[in-house]
Amino acid sequence: MTSSDVIRFDRISKTFGSVAANRAISLAVKAGEIHALLGENGSGKTTLVNMLSGIYSPDSGDIFVYGKREYFHSPRDAIRLGIGMIHQHFKLVAPMTALENIIIGQNGSLFIGKKGVSVKIRELSARFGLEVDPDKRIDDMSIGEKQTVEILKVLYRGARVLILDEPTAVLTPQEIVRLFSILRRMKDEGCTIILITHKLHEVMDVADRITVLRRGEKIGTLEKTETSIGELTDMMVGRAVSLEIERSDVAERKPIFETRGLSVRGRDSLRAISDLSFTLSSGEILGVAGIAGSGQRELCESIMGLLPIEKGEILFRGENLAGRKTAEIIKRGISMGFVPEDRLGMGLVAKMGMVDNLILKDYRFQPGFFIDRSPARARAKKMIEDLEIQTPGINTPVKQLSGGNIQKVLLGRELGSDPEILITAYPVRGLDINSSYTIFNLLNAQKEKGKAVLFIGEDLDVLLELCDRILVLSGGIAKGILDARTATKEELGLMMLGRTEKEASPIAAH
Amino acid sequence: MPPIKIRKRTETGGVRSFVIRATAILAALVVTAAFIALLGKNPIDVYASMVTGALGNPHRLRETIIRAVPLVVTSLGIAIAFKMKFWNIGADGQIIMGAFGASYFALNCPNLPQPLLLLVMAAAGMVAGGLWAFIPAFFKARFGTNETLFTLMMNYVAQKWVTYLQYGPWKDPKAIGFPKIPNFVDNAILPKVFGVHIGWIIALILVAVVHVFMKRTKRGYEIAVVGESVDTARYAGMNVRGIILSALFASGALCGLAGMIQASAVSNTLAVDISGGAGYTAIITTWLAQLSAPAIVIVSFLFAVLVQGGSYIQTAFQIPQAAAQILQGMILFFVLGSEFFVNYRVAFGRTVAPSESEVPEEFKVPAAYDEPASPEAVKTTKGGSRG
Ligand SMILES: Nc1ncnc2c1ncn2[C@@H]1O[C@H](COP(=O)(O)OP(=O)(O)OP(=O)(O)O)[C@@H](O)[C@H]1O
Ligand SMILES: [Mg+2]
Repeated sequence: MTSSDVIRFDRISKTFGSVAANRAISLAVKAGEIHALLGENGSGKTTLVNMLSGIYSPDSGDIFVYGKREYFHSPRDAIRLGIGMIHQHFKLVAPMTALENIIIGQNGSLFIGKKGVSVKIRELSARFGLEVDPDKRIDDMSIGEKQTVEILKVLYRGARVLILDEPTAVLTPQEIVRLFSILRRMKDEGCTIILITHKLHEVMDVADRITVLRRGEKIGTLEKTETSIGELTDMMVGRAVSLEIERSDVAERKPIFETRGLSVRGRDSLRAISDLSFTLSSGEILGVAGIAGSGQRELCESIMGLLPIEKGEILFRGENLAGRKTAEIIKRGISMGFVPEDRLGMGLVAKMGMVDNLILKDYRFQPGFFIDRSPARARAKKMIEDLEIQTPGINTPVKQLSGGNIQKVLLGRELGSDPEILITAYPVRGLDINSSYTIFNLLNAQKEKGKAVLFIGEDLDVLLELCDRILVLSGGIAKGILDARTATKEELGLMMLGRTEKEASPIAAH
Repeated sequence: MPPIKIRKRTETGGVRSFVIRATAILAALVVTAAFIALLGKNPIDVYASMVTGALGNPHRLRETIIRAVPLVVTSLGIAIAFKMKFWNIGADGQIIMGAFGASYFALNCPNLPQPLLLLVMAAAGMVAGGLWAFIPAFFKARFGTNETLFTLMMNYVAQKWVTYLQYGPWKDPKAIGFPKIPNFVDNAILPKVFGVHIGWIIALILVAVVHVFMKRTKRGYEIAVVGESVDTARYAGMNVRGIILSALFASGALCGLAGMIQASAVSNTLAVDISGGAGYTAIITTWLAQLSAPAIVIVSFLFAVLVQGGSYIQTAFQIPQAAAQILQGMILFFVLGSEFFVNYRVAFGRTVAPSESEVPEEFKVPAAYDEPASPEAVKTTKGGSRG
């Protein structure tokens, strides 16, 4: 141990029932560095950092902060030591303003003058380049803004060490750029940062040192300058993996799905989609690009009959589905797997096991009153193998799985039903590289089988590599549909910000 | 003083929660023992005679079983609603209305053959009880009203209704001015098997039926999903409103059947106190049984022992009734209090390891279960413009 270690984990072990989430992990984080924590889904990253906020306590092993052995019972202990944690799922109080969220939970907060706080917040914002309107309500904020509030909150409480658990999983590319510039500013100010992410290019972008975990064990800590994406992947997975998405061409394509003049109001009854028309063919993957909140969710929900349609038609094989019940739409072979920001919100029952979650959408097609779970049990076992899902058992409540494994269950179910049209939104949010490519391959296989896929994504590189065509949404309006083979990231980016196809095309720019 | 920390648990191990609950019951027994000792009686003797009073001879055992039957049937009904996180505390009113429905036919069609009359009474009891639960369910599903208050209020309406019948239209002319509803004819009384009315067999059959219903049927699965997440249920294409309404009807129907059994076999008439508080006690037995049908049988029987033994020691030891009820009160107090320790962990200072991570809000149920497509929306779509 050197004196520059801010936090040092010493042989930390933690098991949950039969799962060893952390096995004798030793790790030192140096002052003023950005330390990335990498590892496949379920490798124990969240478990390890949660030891610092008292959410979990080690079964064995010690934690040293500035060389002194410390015990963590609650987030307060972390705050006391200047450690701030941004969780995988945010913990803000929605109906309050940013300012109120920042001061709640503070000792004697009742008597703190809001003015003084405002001044301090402004000062912090300026210093670290955080853009927050203190009087805006959390309800009205985008994910990126909420995250900024979280960061500001811990800085306000005097954190010098910041831990971020998959902060970029639900951010738009622009928001990620902004976040990283904040992190660099913090580093320049002498703060120490632990960053968990699955995106390797992000790691190569901001990290100084990188620690890789695999199945609860530490594989190694590397200097960023002395490693490569390839080496990191191999370390994480334990074998060499290829990172190519093969875009195949399906000869026979027929339009089977179409929206005409679709207009939808969102839950806040504001217009979320206006006059949207597009067609989707069998044997193709149609991507949907757009900054967060451009109507993606409403598009999915309206197709599935979860939101009322204000105007327009949704045609599947010539039949208008608008106004039909969700159950009828599922029955026609349209399936949606939407991975929301909180991952569990829609689609899975947290307290039920895999088996009961697998039957969620097709139990009704079984004859009679009773449910036969034996096919689902077999499917669950197969899925655990095919998608390498880590779970103690097929009946373990899914909320006990790691973030990525939860998601594999959701996607596995949607793919398993072999739908005519698969709508998938953010399917690789929070998935590790290996699993992400497994998912991409599965989507491609679906396309090759002649099925249609609507892929709502956020990573532009993936959209360009995977899809055949890309529909760009901006503020609920279609800005155009591009051929993914010829389109560029810049074009997409400009259109996402509201330019039309013409304005964004490189030729028209001159 | 070391700071006290309270944290929500994620892993509620079966063994540990059992230990906590057993400890609570033990604590209740100890505290009540102290109280009995204060009254100048030997607590051990009193407890021993409670057991013999409830189980000591065939007659007493039969009495205990008779007390357990309405608890079992009502608990099954409540369990269905609770599984959906619909807090139906209106079982008492549903029992009363079930008894009312059954009584209507018992009093008005006394000449029907016994099997037919009993079947009609059972059906009427179930429909009446079911409707009594359906009303608050409807308002909850449609307008997001609070079901706890609503179902509770319905209890009082049911009571007043029977009081009205008793003093008014159904008053027994033969009772010489005494406000009482006439006794049933023999045809309207449930037969006995092994000296106990046949309700005990009905109860056991229902336990099996409800168990299979909740674990193996589609509707049982749907109820569980709606109870966990309404959003997920809608996403899966479930008709959330229909599920809530039908499940609550079933819940009320079981309570109504309990009312029919009590009216027919126990009181042989309709009276305001027909439920004997079973509608409230059953809430506790259901909860302690963790909504599991087989466990409901055991817990209900133990509660019946407590009640029956309690009334026995009144006569045997000249302990006032109120004192006997203290033990029941204590058990409830400790057991319900222990739920806190089942769900939370309390740590003193920094020597005890803190608990595992927080869980999402467990009992979060949105106020109204709005179905997505409103009729107006569908209409506009049909005439919708082409883009
Ligand atoms: N509260 C819990 N109860 C039971 N098992 C748990 C619990 N929390 C985590 N686990 C298990 O511990 C293992 C490690 O989980 P952890 O959440 O630390 O993984 P992770 O590296 O953060 O994965 P991801 O990238 O998917 O978020 C997983 O197999 C998970 O199932
Ligand atoms: Mg994690």
